[in-house]
Amino acid sequence: MSLYHGIFKRDMQIAFKQKAELVQPLMFLLMVVTLFPLGVSPSPDTLQRIGPGVIWIAAILSSLMAMERLFRDDFQDGSLEQYILSGMALPAVSAVKVAAHWLVSFVPLLLLSPLLAVFLNLTVDMYIALVLTLLLGTPLLSLIGAIAVGLTVGLQKGGVLLALLLIPVFIPLLIFATSAVDSAALQLPYHAQLAIIAAMLLLATALAPFAIAYSLKVSQN
Amino acid sequence: MQFESFAAFINMGGYGFYVWLSFGVTFVAMGIIAIQSFIKHRHLLKQVVVEQERKARIKKARKQQQAST
Amino acid sequence: MWKWLHPYAKTERAYQLCLTLQPWFWAGALLCLSIGTVWGLAFAPQDYQQGDSFRIIYIHVPSAILSMGTYVAMAIAALVGMVWQWRTAYMSMIAMAPIGAVMTFIALFTGAAWGKPMWGAWWVWDARLTSELILLFLYMGVIALYGAFEDKQQAGKAAGVMALVGVVNIPIIHYSVEWWNTLHQGATISKFDNPSIAPEMLWPLLINLLGFALFIGAVTTVRLRNEIVLREMHRPWVQTLAKEQLANTQQRRAANQNMTEGN
Repeated sequence: MSLYHGIFKRDMQIAFKQKAELVQPLMFLLMVVTLFPLGVSPSPDTLQRIGPGVIWIAAILSSLMAMERLFRDDFQDGSLEQYILSGMALPAVSAVKVAAHWLVSFVPLLLLSPLLAVFLNLTVDMYIALVLTLLLGTPLLSLIGAIAVGLTVGLQKGGVLLALLLIPVFIPLLIFATSAVDSAALQLPYHAQLAIIAAMLLLATALAPFAIAYSLKVSQN
Repeated sequence: MQFESFAAFINMGGYGFYVWLSFGVTFVAMGIIAIQSFIKHRHLLKQVVVEQERKARIKKARKQQQAST
Repeated sequence: MWKWLHPYAKTERAYQLCLTLQPWFWAGALLCLSIGTVWGLAFAPQDYQQGDSFRIIYIHVPSAILSMGTYVAMAIAALVGMVWQWRTAYMSMIAMAPIGAVMTFIALFTGAAWGKPMWGAWWVWDARLTSELILLFLYMGVIALYGAFEDKQQAGKAAGVMALVGVVNIPIIHYSVEWWNTLHQGATISKFDNPSIAPEMLWPLLINLLGFALFIGAVTTVRLRNEIVLREMHRPWVQTLAKEQLANTQQRRAANQNMTEGN
């Protein structure tokens, strides 16, 4: 147990030492959101209508940028090989690493979300729904994303390929999340959408660590 | 036969363009993937033979070199 | 129970199997596709609502069903490859990917050409069209991931993982009609006990479905043989086979030339 705790602590320490890598995806998110009022329309009604979708799209795009960091350094300096050889349960190791990654890259996003809600003129009900979908949905992004990161970590130019692999897989999440916020805007119940996202999250939590471990082994060959 | 004349068959009750476009594109696409697979097969076989000849040449050259030294 | 399958894990046996199956697949595909298409185009009765434009169904529905079916087959092949460590399973998976992508493209294109006269637009963001588009992206992702690796063994495993991840999307595609209530009409032939389509319209559809399936099988056998040759390039049996086949075709060509010159 203390071994896994050690990995967690190490990952957190490294993440906070490389502050630029933490902040850059967030700045990217903020800038993407800024583009929409400029590009589409600054009228409050329009912004309110497209707001949930814009925030979620920006979150997915910025998560793709942050995702690469997950295993890249470990792969390059050889610590990934050490994890595989060490005899620790690789699925557990990958789950711990994903958890650490989620904490450092998505919790700041949640903290930033009130600002985004103000920018896009979301109502309080919509904002609550948005935070709930982000809470349930972003761990899903991390878990599924980590599988693809594990597969592409050994490739020289994995960045664009990672986006190509992940964007189609994230589409159902985007649909349900935005539909939940839209329902909230109309004062309708949105438990169903949240339940579906939660179901996907539970399924991913159960299966993804094994898939991540397998894909890391494939990459390490 | 559902159609009274060949012209009616081509016309497809006014939807001729869409129907024939769909069927045309479908069979062209299927033909392309089939032909591409066969061309690739020939290409690969040739590649195997060329590679083999190249190896034989290298072997021969090495032998000659060894004999001369 | 599955023991009889194991010899085919060897590439040589798989190659021979493909050679034996191939002519049957091609003949069956050609026969079914010509019967189904001619029957569907010329002899099936007109739809009372959509007129003759409904005849696109005879290629739209088979390609749509089989674009999903091929993806599931790919995922099964990937799973077999993972569980039993068969290299041929990965090879057949990647052999199926391009033909599945072509099927998806056909389904999208015919859907658009059908939608234009029926809905008045080439493209509608309807649930089924959209999920078919996502399926095309998934196919492209698998093919791109496979192409990105130098080591094709590793590439097969990686693409296999992605195919399995993507297969989660297949039920979403299938139930999307119920989930997002949209313009697209309901499923036509999944309800066999109470089909919402007349039998004389249904028969050509089923024949074409079989024809498309056999066509996919035929192309897969060719592409699987390609894949085997590509990966076993340095094995002696591939080298003798390549020489023999090239010599055969050259002989045939020479014979043809003699005939034309004689005439």
